[in-house]
Amino acid sequence: MIRLEKRPQPSKAMSWATPLLAVVATMIFGGVLFAALGKDPIQSILTIFWEPLFGEFSFFYRPQLLIKGAPLVLIAIGLALGFKAGIWNIGAEGQYIVGAICGAAAGLAFYPIESVLIFPLMVLSGALGGCLWALIPGFLKVKFGTNEILVSLMLVYVAEQLLASMSLGLLKNPEGFGFPGSRNLQQYPSAHNAELIAGTGMHWGVVAALIAVIFAYIMLTRHKLGFAIRVTGEAPRAAKFGGVNPARLILFCLGASGLLAGLAGMFEVAGPAGQISIDFNVGYGFTAIIVAFLGRLNPLGIVAAGLLMALTYIGGDIAQSQLGLPAAAIQVFQGMLLFFLLALDVLTNYRVRFGTGEVAT
Amino acid sequence: MDLSAINPILLIAAMIAAATPILLAAIGELVVERAGVLNLGVEGMMITGAVCGFIIAVNTGSPTVGFIAAAIGGAVLSLLFAFLTQVALANQVASGLALTLFGLGLSALMGQSYVGIKPPRTEATPLGPLADIPVIGPIFFGHDLVVYIGLVIVAGTWATLKFSRAGLILRAVGENHDAAHALGYKVKRIRTAAIMFGGACAGLGGAYISLIRVPQWTEGMTAGVGWIALALVVFASWKPWRVLLGAYLFGGITQLQLNLQGAGVAIPVEYLAMSPYIVTIIVLVILSSDKSRAPGSLGRTFHVSG
Repeated sequence: MIRLEKRPQPSKAMSWATPLLAVVATMIFGGVLFAALGKDPIQSILTIFWEPLFGEFSFFYRPQLLIKGAPLVLIAIGLALGFKAGIWNIGAEGQYIVGAICGAAAGLAFYPIESVLIFPLMVLSGALGGCLWALIPGFLKVKFGTNEILVSLMLVYVAEQLLASMSLGLLKNPEGFGFPGSRNLQQYPSAHNAELIAGTGMHWGVVAALIAVIFAYIMLTRHKLGFAIRVTGEAPRAAKFGGVNPARLILFCLGASGLLAGLAGMFEVAGPAGQISIDFNVGYGFTAIIVAFLGRLNPLGIVAAGLLMALTYIGGDIAQSQLGLPAAAIQVFQGMLLFFLLALDVLTNYRVRFGTGEVAT
Repeated sequence: MDLSAINPILLIAAMIAAATPILLAAIGELVVERAGVLNLGVEGMMITGAVCGFIIAVNTGSPTVGFIAAAIGGAVLSLLFAFLTQVALANQVASGLALTLFGLGLSALMGQSYVGIKPPRTEATPLGPLADIPVIGPIFFGHDLVVYIGLVIVAGTWATLKFSRAGLILRAVGENHDAAHALGYKVKRIRTAAIMFGGACAGLGGAYISLIRVPQWTEGMTAGVGWIALALVVFASWKPWRVLLGAYLFGGITQLQLNLQGAGVAIPVEYLAMSPYIVTIIVLVILSSDKSRAPGSLGRTFHVSG
């Protein structure tokens, strides 16, 4: 008979070991899945995790790690603030889209004027767009007590329709021969989020992600606001008695996560993606949820988790072209990772005891 | 714009059909939440049901077998959630999200060789002379069996929760799991059963979309219906009959905007397509002031200490 006994304090060691165990478990079960699809499991896993970093063409793939990791980290940092306080923004995908639309629109409004002010304006506009989009569920929760999970998620679908409307209408490239999609910002120097150091994948989004990580880390460990977030998550009543204003905290957490998601979208559309198009969003907003949990809602952990998830995206692409592994298999693989993490997390909060206890359970 | 192209009788009949997937998923989730569990994985279970039902229906040629497979598929996937929340005592919100993300990926993987195939046709239930009654006939008696099964499940859920001992136990577990445990009820077992019921209903709802509403398989085709179903349970204040009402309201809006798109109204298609989601938000806002009806133990993890 196996029994679970609640630990008086969550285990620190286990808290860091479970993500690693989850990754190992996912590799094993992912291998089984790939084998079931008729692929060599060991070769598939190596292709996903080894090839992008140390393979023959790693010089090409390594920069991708930053390009794909930056939006994941940016979004996940914001989400983690809310998740820590028990505020569930799961609509980051929508805020990412709106940030991209606002950022691109601000840039395209000045086309073809060249000015150094355009890019900063786009950054502001993107951040503001994402922030306001996330403040809708925030405001509704504070004012009417509406569930922020459902509202933020509904707004993802609204944002997707808005994206379609923008790429077919307002922001459509007038010289695009009728194809959907905006002008390509990569060909508009003032608005292009170019690589800062050629061949590294380092663009302004990566810089923003690093700044966000540092700010979040200092805030959570040293600042009163970070303390308020942690207390609210662990003991909401105690937080209230301690003078934390829950409404303000909800607005802060949602606003901050929306701002970061909007920034991620803006940097993506101005750089790697280049244009607003119907299929611009690729699910970073949802994958970032996995990143936030895998990184233990800790800014430094999120950096590691973000890079790992970026690796699965890149490795997944390679496995797709080299081994014919379906794209959806990688999605399943990422989903599995979250499952194993949540399942193994029981070891952090509980001790496993064997043998019968004194009290029948 | 040509609004006269919309036939009101056909519109109402189509609204009832459009409401069915939402109704099925929502009534399942209602039972789960009445047992005190918040499963945010409805979308994932629906899409998995949609793909399971589609694959089996195409391979066997029988939509009925497809629907059964969809219910089983949804229930099996929900077992993962049951394991996470009841055995591994994981956070229910995070586990539900994991289920949705996993279900979306899994369904895309399973369905990749079924894109562009037509499923076998589901016939309308032969109700004989009833279907020939003018106006009422085509509205109420021209549907396929699943529409009626949905109504039967709602009625059955209402009766079970209100009048039976099993329903009383389920509600006790949801209102106060510690008290229910002290009375000797197996909280985890009851909750797992409720979760599986919710999974089966969501699976049926998903298959209704892939086999009857659309009917074909495309990735992510449930497009948020599972989330609308979750909102509907709040809208319904956890009461079965109000789920029915809400499902018809949302089904109606979905169908109406499709018809308006077809009739060429001067509103861009994208803005019409947004409307079900925006209406969901508005309804949530109006109704969320009253939280008193929520089951007492909703979303809380149950663990026997000692």
